[in-house]
Amino acid sequence: MTTALVTQLGYVVAAGLFIFGLKMLGSPATARRGNMVSAIGMLVAIVAALLDQGIVDFTWIVAGMLVGGAIGAIAARAVAMTSMPEMVALFNGLGGAASLLVGWSALSPDAGVFTLVTIVLSILIGGVTLTGSLVAYGKLSETIGSGAITFSGQQVVNSLVVFGIVGGAVMFCMNPTDPNWLYMVIGLALLFGIMAVIPIGGADMPVVISLLNSYSGLAACAAGFAINNNALIVAGSLVGASGIILTQIMCKAMNRSLSNVLFSGFASVSSEETVVEGEIKPISVDDAYYVLEAATNVAIIPGYGMAVAQAQHVVKELTELLQNNGCEVNFGIHPVAGRMPGHMNVLLAEADVPYDQLLEMDEINPRMEMVDVAIVIGANDVVNPAAREVESSPIYGMPVINVADARTVFVLKRSMASGFAGIENPLFYKDNTRMLFGDAKESIGGLVREFS
Amino acid sequence: MSGAEYLLFILMLSIFLGFELINKVPATLHTPLMSGANAISGITVVGAVALAGTGSETMGMWLGVGAVTLASVNVVGGYMVTDRMLGFFKKKED
Repeated sequence: MTTALVTQLGYVVAAGLFIFGLKMLGSPATARRGNMVSAIGMLVAIVAALLDQGIVDFTWIVAGMLVGGAIGAIAARAVAMTSMPEMVALFNGLGGAASLLVGWSALSPDAGVFTLVTIVLSILIGGVTLTGSLVAYGKLSETIGSGAITFSGQQVVNSLVVFGIVGGAVMFCMNPTDPNWLYMVIGLALLFGIMAVIPIGGADMPVVISLLNSYSGLAACAAGFAINNNALIVAGSLVGASGIILTQIMCKAMNRSLSNVLFSGFASVSSEETVVEGEIKPISVDDAYYVLEAATNVAIIPGYGMAVAQAQHVVKELTELLQNNGCEVNFGIHPVAGRMPGHMNVLLAEADVPYDQLLEMDEINPRMEMVDVAIVIGANDVVNPAAREVESSPIYGMPVINVADARTVFVLKRSMASGFAGIENPLFYKDNTRMLFGDAKESIGGLVREFS
Repeated sequence: MSGAEYLLFILMLSIFLGFELINKVPATLHTPLMSGANAISGITVVGAVALAGTGSETMGMWLGVGAVTLASVNVVGGYMVTDRMLGFFKKKED
């Protein structure tokens, strides 16, 4: 058996393990082992790759792996769960950069047209992923403003960049020996990544992260074509498919098309003021306690505000106290609550909330009429009844959690400011809504003290 | 079948397989799914090692070394953070 054959068989085994690992991610009970299986697959693939006869000097390979591995390990240990979106964005960018470099270094004088096209593709997708992810990272970590950045003539500039990329790519494929065309494509791809993400507002970041996740896979896939490597193609397309599905789910949860998210930003708050009837009825922690004490069914609807206030641990305490009081407690989680798909679930799981208590929107909505108290913590747009009732609202048609159907609604909120999307929320004015103003962590802490 | 067609064939099958697999992942696991997928996209390291090990000290080699380093961050960081997250997920004990 030749070494080349062993390497190829190693890739087959690795691909099988990736597939099996992803399959095990289908249930929280097997997910952790699934991740382990996938990691073993990666190890097999790397060992198989190191058998390559072309490798004469391992020094720099080992050095690169040690440096990169150490950085990754430190980051993985240190990152706070609230910052997962930033970290994933950054990692997406690195994956894109790696594919860009692989595509670039695959360039050889005897490359055929097919190879040249795939080299350009891996550089292009990798470059867009790199800078797009860096901008997304900046917006999520708020090192740059999270709002949409738009300027007049943006479309024209973007069209010129796209035109330049296509032109440069064609010229490069025709004259592969002239590196200037390649540099032009690289530069423009990097620029395009920035241009593509700056006009997208903070509220749409879950879509952007999912999409960039998909791109990082597609970039690896294109690099696989460039260097003729099956392992990259299979693994890359699995990741690409995963990102596309998450993107679709996010778009559906916001009732918007992908092109609407990418190209238009949120139509800045509609000028026609929606006239909201009713009045704000505040409630004190004491009164809230009496209502909760008598409740037999409570639903908690968390949003990113819960994470900002670091309230998830006190929320868990309150949950336990309520349960000891004979009350059923469930969490209703909207697909776009938080800054990335599934973000709230991870934060609550970290606070020891069992996953069978975390219900998806479609599970909790039919039960809402049986709920005595729905507690909204740091969520706004995902519980906004305007999405169902006010046709002129920018979020009209977006599926929301119908908290207003519960007997009583508590909304924990710092002040009356509108949400991330800047849209008025009629929920606050409903007859059965009580506003519990203040820092979510302190308010819940107050409730916990009343119970104990 | 030779080169390109064969690779495209693999591409098509893996995309369909990916859609089937990922559609079955529940919403509660979407963040670990994403970071786990991220780790898998570090597969680029497999392609990069051959380029980084030529010992030729050409630009191609240095690009390969850069790619090995970046992809290793992805692989190690991605799998570790996914494992850390999945460790939090527990069933109700009763």
